[in-house]
Amino acid sequence: MMFAQVPPTTDPPVPTEFSTPDVDAWLILPLLVLIGGAVLLLMVASLVKSLQDGRFAAYATTAIAASAAICVIPLWARLNADGASSTFNGAVGFDGFSLFITVMICISVALTALVAAQYLIDEGFGGVEFYVLMLLSAAGGVVMASANDLIVLFLGLEVLSIAVYVLVASQLRRFASTEAGLKYFLLGAFSSAFLLYGIALVYGATGSTNMSTIKDFLAGNLLTNNALLLAGFALMLVGLGFKVAAVPFHAWTPDVYEGAPSPVVGFMASVVKAAGFAALIRVFVVTFSTYASDWQPAIYALAVLSLLGGSIAAVVQTNVKRMLAYSSISHAGFILVGVQAATDDGVRAALFYVAAYSVMIVGTFGVVTVFGGEGDHAHSLDDYRGLGRRRPALAFALTILLLSQAGVPFTVGFFAKLEIITAAVGAGSQWLGVIAMLAAVIAAYLYLRIVVSLFMQDADEEAEPVRLRTPDTAVAAIAIAVAAVMFFGIVPGPLDDVARDAVPVLVTRG
Amino acid sequence: MSSWPWLQSGRIGDPQTPSLGSLAVSDFLRSYLTVAIFGAVALLLAGGILSLGRLIRPSHGNAEKLLTYESGVDPTGDMWSQSNIRYYVFALLFVMFDVEAVFLFPWATRLEAYGVFGLVEMGIFILILLLGLVYAWRKGMLRWV
Amino acid sequence: MFIAAALIILSGAMGVIVARNPVHSALFLVQTLFGVAALFVLQEAHFLAAVQVIVYAGAIVILFLFVIMLLGVDKVEDLNVEPIAGQRPLAVVIGAAGIGLMLTVLVIATDVISGAHSSTGPLGESDIDEIAKSIFGDYVFAFQLTGVLLTIAVVGAVVLARRAATDPEPIPESAYDELVAAQIAARESTLTAEGGDGTAQDGEETTDDGEDSADDGEAET
Repeated sequence: MMFAQVPPTTDPPVPTEFSTPDVDAWLILPLLVLIGGAVLLLMVASLVKSLQDGRFAAYATTAIAASAAICVIPLWARLNADGASSTFNGAVGFDGFSLFITVMICISVALTALVAAQYLIDEGFGGVEFYVLMLLSAAGGVVMASANDLIVLFLGLEVLSIAVYVLVASQLRRFASTEAGLKYFLLGAFSSAFLLYGIALVYGATGSTNMSTIKDFLAGNLLTNNALLLAGFALMLVGLGFKVAAVPFHAWTPDVYEGAPSPVVGFMASVVKAAGFAALIRVFVVTFSTYASDWQPAIYALAVLSLLGGSIAAVVQTNVKRMLAYSSISHAGFILVGVQAATDDGVRAALFYVAAYSVMIVGTFGVVTVFGGEGDHAHSLDDYRGLGRRRPALAFALTILLLSQAGVPFTVGFFAKLEIITAAVGAGSQWLGVIAMLAAVIAAYLYLRIVVSLFMQDADEEAEPVRLRTPDTAVAAIAIAVAAVMFFGIVPGPLDDVARDAVPVLVTRG
Repeated sequence: MSSWPWLQSGRIGDPQTPSLGSLAVSDFLRSYLTVAIFGAVALLLAGGILSLGRLIRPSHGNAEKLLTYESGVDPTGDMWSQSNIRYYVFALLFVMFDVEAVFLFPWATRLEAYGVFGLVEMGIFILILLLGLVYAWRKGMLRWV
Repeated sequence: MFIAAALIILSGAMGVIVARNPVHSALFLVQTLFGVAALFVLQEAHFLAAVQVIVYAGAIVILFLFVIMLLGVDKVEDLNVEPIAGQRPLAVVIGAAGIGLMLTVLVIATDVISGAHSSTGPLGESDIDEIAKSIFGDYVFAFQLTGVLLTIAVVGAVVLARRAATDPEPIPESAYDELVAAQIAARESTLTAEGGDGTAQDGEETTDDGEDSADDGEAET
């Protein structure tokens, strides 16, 4: 017949030779706790109706995050005994760096859950799903921090981001929240595409997605023509730069921070940023170390723009959430200064800064959540006037947290900024250090503006004061944050030592 | 082998490779040629019959004939009406299990090669997806209202 | 073959952005995705081609269409108003710059860069086996993450959709009546104005008409 079957010309496929990948589930125990806990929480709460409301989910989330953080302790001991390693055929790394970020993310999740506990009940949205998405998002962050493979890194980023998109939009009654969610989603999806394109180009140039293989390849081969590789760097930098909100990829930040529910903003500013910087350090400082002289100028530019742009734009804002959004951009600039140094000192300083900033910002947005009042809307500087008299303890806590963000001595923020600038100078970028100090001074004015309106100005007599509730869980979270800021501000040694030990290492499959 | 010389197998660049006009056809493209021919025939058939119908049918258009229903209640609005968000969740669940099926195929073709490890990994994967389904079900998203 | 596939892809992509009716855009997207499937076939990745058609052209575009129908295609956006002044010329410039950049990279990169691997060689086995080997080998962790990702998508969709489904925006009765009246009026006017040819309703009518766009602008606000 016309369409007679033509016998295949290729030989019948030989049976696949397959060797089971090495899997050491213990090494990803914190991750398993986070994901398993989230899934369990989802199942329990959807099968048992009585647990759907109330604070059960918040406490469960705090417990899950805390136990994930505790799981790190034996792993840290194992790390010190056996050294860094990798699992899943080298797809997941296990080193001090990933453990450090894991603990930080878990702490942020636990604190955010406490801040959100009563807030969600009062505002009447979220429910169990809010916490489940938060835990899964944190799991994505942990994956990013421990990724040893660019595909895994990308999937971690997507797990992190998609959950956060939903969290941002979850307050459906408030239009601003939905709008912020949509904005964040569209731009975020766009930036993910950039990252993926960059990964594809790097794969094209090096022939692998595995970071340790890429590193070895780049170190062992001289590329006669590295255009593809450099284009890959650029696109990946755009993708990650968006996640950490570095100028000029920051345009979403003020709108999203203003529109999103306040506890979510705290979560974003700590976890998303920490995970983004973890990825940035893993990919650029460690994997692409051979080409440091090529990407350092780009990060230098991002750092300068973020430092100045964030600080200056923050000063002219009148909405506290927008101010904090711009100041978070400025903080991102600081961390980029550490990344730009591309030295062990730089990484340590960046880690220290990320850790300090996470705690500060979760605490800050804890207070902002409370001050936002019913409907989470009273965030203008005028609304904050006279709160020093009405809520002296909370206002004082906010003052400490803001001063720490400004880098005042005896707070952890001081040491964070000091280390960053020291690292920059040590790496030979004195001017960057000068710009960082300048930005810190500009930003200090902004924090003082908030403090002034808290204490120095009286509330508008005619305006009806915003009704405030101070739930005990949120107060507990804020207290923990303030205590941590004060403690590490006076005794920075322990945190510093841990950050020094938390060097990122890439290990090929064992 | 076949009465159609260009349906025979061969590699591009091989001087022995039969060609379709000047176009060399390798064996993997050859099999898709069948697909292309099917597609072309389908297009021609549909287009031909429709245009034939258009040529021979009488056409006396008036407003009444353009109504959705000639008798009965006049519909309000036009056909591009808004649909319920409920359908979206169904579509999403469909996509989810579509993707799952895609992942199942490679595994199913070489089931024995991956042994227990493959079974366990696939089990975890399906379990995670099932949990999503159970959640949607418990939330009443699967109920057709 | 490659040129044919590329033409399918590019014309489809142009159609997606040029078509005024979002449903038509979605259908052009199907065309683009089919073209990509054809490219996979050219690379001897038959399984990937099938997946491309099943998942993207099938499921994803269906999802697109659902969303389009959800938002309602009947609301004609006025394309002549630029929310940000100078947005379009700027977009053209930036788009051209992006294309130029990529082309430069491609041109510079024509001589082989890495030498580590070559993707031009034929696959050793059928691509479905290679994919399976990757899924259960190097990328087994990524594979499990995909499951988590899909579950997050479902949870997120349920969170966002359920609230909208259970307590919808209360629409005032009067507004609803006005809407129906407007729609009936619009339909009648088209029927009388267009006479026998009632195809104007399929959304391809241009909004260039000054009166039309003014009306739309009012309706939007």
